[in-house]
Amino acid sequence: MPVPTKCLNMKLTFNVDHGYLEGLVRGMKAGILTSTDYHNLAQCDTLEDMKLHLQSTDYGKLLSSSEEDLTVSLVDSKLRANLVTEFSCLRSNALPPLSTFLDYITYSYMIDNVVMLITGALKQRDVAELLPRCHPLGAFDQMAAVGIARTPTELYSAILVDTPLAPFFQDAVSESNLDEMEAEILRNKLYKAYIESFHSFCKNIGGVTADIMCPVLEFEADRRTFIITVNSFGTELSGADKSALYPSCGKLYPEGLRLLAKAEDHEQVKAVANCYPEYKLIFDDPEPGADFKTLEDRFFEQEVKLNMLAFLQQFHFGVFYSYVKLKEQESRNIVWIAECVTQRQKSKIHNYIPIFPGTH
Amino acid sequence: MLLECMMNGHAILYTGVTLAFWSTILIVGICYTIFDLGFRFDVAWFLTETSPFMWASLGIGLAISLSVVGAAWGIYITGSSIIGGGVKAPRIKTKNLVSIIFCEAVAIYGIIMAIVISNMAESFKGNTPETIGARNYQAGYSMFGAGLTVGFSNLFCGICVGIVGSGAALADAQNASLFVKILIVEIFGSAIGLFGVIVAILQTSKVKMGD
Repeated sequence: MPVPTKCLNMKLTFNVDHGYLEGLVRGMKAGILTSTDYHNLAQCDTLEDMKLHLQSTDYGKLLSSSEEDLTVSLVDSKLRANLVTEFSCLRSNALPPLSTFLDYITYSYMIDNVVMLITGALKQRDVAELLPRCHPLGAFDQMAAVGIARTPTELYSAILVDTPLAPFFQDAVSESNLDEMEAEILRNKLYKAYIESFHSFCKNIGGVTADIMCPVLEFEADRRTFIITVNSFGTELSGADKSALYPSCGKLYPEGLRLLAKAEDHEQVKAVANCYPEYKLIFDDPEPGADFKTLEDRFFEQEVKLNMLAFLQQFHFGVFYSYVKLKEQESRNIVWIAECVTQRQKSKIHNYIPIFPGTH
Repeated sequence: MLLECMMNGHAILYTGVTLAFWSTILIVGICYTIFDLGFRFDVAWFLTETSPFMWASLGIGLAISLSVVGAAWGIYITGSSIIGGGVKAPRIKTKNLVSIIFCEAVAIYGIIMAIVISNMAESFKGNTPETIGARNYQAGYSMFGAGLTVGFSNLFCGICVGIVGSGAALADAQNASLFVKILIVEIFGSAIGLFGVIVAILQTSKVKMGD
């Protein structure tokens, strides 16, 4: 079917299955902290003050209901639990294809969990101490089984058969090299398979969802590529090995990936980034007088910018993905401010990344 | 290679049905032409042999059913957005019922026109084209046309008001001052349904069935 018809069809029938959830997620988006809230939080001197300020936001009594001492890690875990509750509320009411879309969002956390459990199991660590450290959004039924398996073969068949990550393992690894492979390489190979699969899924849905999600996912893929390249300086990772880790669904494919596989230092990476206008800005030297931002921070900023665009259109799935990512960024911001407050280092407290600047 | 392109089950189904339909039409047409039976394809015979009551009843049925489809479509699009948006912003619940009322008005136009058109159907004596008379034929066709007019214009009006109403509900949930502005867009959308009613009334104004 030609694209305009598909687009119209989506607009006309979207609300049958997904109208309520879109309204719900937009309501939750309205609760994202504004610049006034961040300003108030930055003025606080203790975590107790921050708790008081957060009570007047959408978070409500989240932090005040606990009996434990208020620490930054407690704040972090409570914020994460809040996001998980909201996400489960959305996921439990979702119908296909939204349910598949929301599952795709959880797979990236699942990959992190699985890699952590595999490395823990291969080092003969107890699974009970690893499970609480897993990200709750990426929980799946067979998580405990990953820890019990003692050989790579068992691990492979335990993972491969039951988990939703099975197709990504098939693409990425074969049975023999599961223990030789370092954790990071395994994680990157799984992530490559995952993001390419997610990208083609969004493209198949087409219409506005593809228009919003494909640039976001392409940016994610390219960001991973850059981070892998920058982190591989000084290690013995060869160009061919690096190429196997680069996702091919981004803007850098194919020329940029080829050049980055050969890059040996930061200047060459910057030269490649200069060919692409969006990435040129990220790798540029900051203007004199402006704050120095790390590469990670600049990538986060660009991610926030792309995710904010999702809320400009109606009747598509991008709002769900963007909401999860923006809420995560908000958690990172709050934790950053909390760290600055507890360590009394107020100089860098304004290095959080504002979300939806300009709204009252 | 053609089969590789059609990976989706739905695509295969639609292509197959379309192909079957057009090939039947083509083969029947060719057979009629070859066997010199072209005279059987007679539009005038069809139009004079079918009763004006069939056209009138079709018109009445389409008037009400397409209007109701339009209204229903609009109501569910707006309603689901109001319910979703109302969870976090309960204040939008009452104000946004106005959008639902605009959609409902579309169904009311449909039922009014259906009643008006059905009141024009009278019985007549006559069973051949000459005895039925031109006026009865004109009545039948007018009622059919009026039913189509009001049905389709209400269908699209209902969809339009529904989508705009959904946007209005979600915008109202974020920022209360936006609702009144978007309501103006809805009013314009709702006017097009009224145009259909006006034209349908004009179409049936000269209808006089009977002897």
